[in-house]
Amino acid sequence: MPDPMRIRAQAQPNGAVVRVLMSHEMETGQRKDAAGKVIPAWHITEVVAQWNGKTVLSAQWGTAIAKNPFTQFTVRGAKSGDKISVSWVDNRGERRTDEATIV
Amino acid sequence: MPSRRDLLTRSAAIAALLAAGVLPARAQGSPWNKAAFETKSIDEALKALGLAKPAESADITLTAPDIAENGAVVPIAASTTLAGVKRIAFMIEKNPTTLAGVFEFTEFVDTSVSTRVKMAQTSNVLAVAIMGDGKVLFAQKEVKVTLGGCGG
Repeated sequence: MPDPMRIRAQAQPNGAVVRVLMSHEMETGQRKDAAGKVIPAWHITEVVAQWNGKTVLSAQWGTAIAKNPFTQFTVRGAKSGDKISVSWVDNRGERRTDEATIV
Repeated sequence: MPSRRDLLTRSAAIAALLAAGVLPARAQGSPWNKAAFETKSIDEALKALGLAKPAESADITLTAPDIAENGAVVPIAASTTLAGVKRIAFMIEKNPTTLAGVFEFTEFVDTSVSTRVKMAQTSNVLAVAIMGDGKVLFAQKEVKVTLGGCGG
């Protein structure tokens, strides 16, 4: 199982600011190892964020997203105590979902 | 090497998640656009995403550093107050592959997103906003990179 994400969701007057830090190698497929062999690309391709079970933001990513990806967005009208969940899937088919409560 | 027990518990957990509809299933939402993420220029990327020629717009705000010391981690952000922006795509002109990511907004989030990207060399960074009516707007900024984040 991939390492968990760190999700911080903070309530603000007009919504909740969500910060997500995922743990992923995000290998570009451009680099070579010591033997000169290309290290195959390995990166997150799709991300979905949900607020109380409803999809609020989705993303498609390529190899240019930095290692251990960070994303920040604001959910309108979300309140303290609401649930935010984030899921990703990578190009090897590995998946991870984590949930946080808005504080 | 994971044990058989591990694998069984894991697959059970995944099945439960799938049943709960938590994971991004291929069927819902747009599938990952492989062709678009392999493009090598802004024009190709726009074409692969099926977008019209974009117009530069002051209503799109792109936040990026003037100088990125480490091209492996360049914080960028895009936002707009325009209603009707459905998606924002980040493109990096001189990267080995142009398209970095596409974010799709719903009415439940502000049309504003921040992330971190890799940059191979000094290049223009574009935030391309796609409106619901098919109009395409963009903002760009040159980011100087002193240490590349790809290759090596």
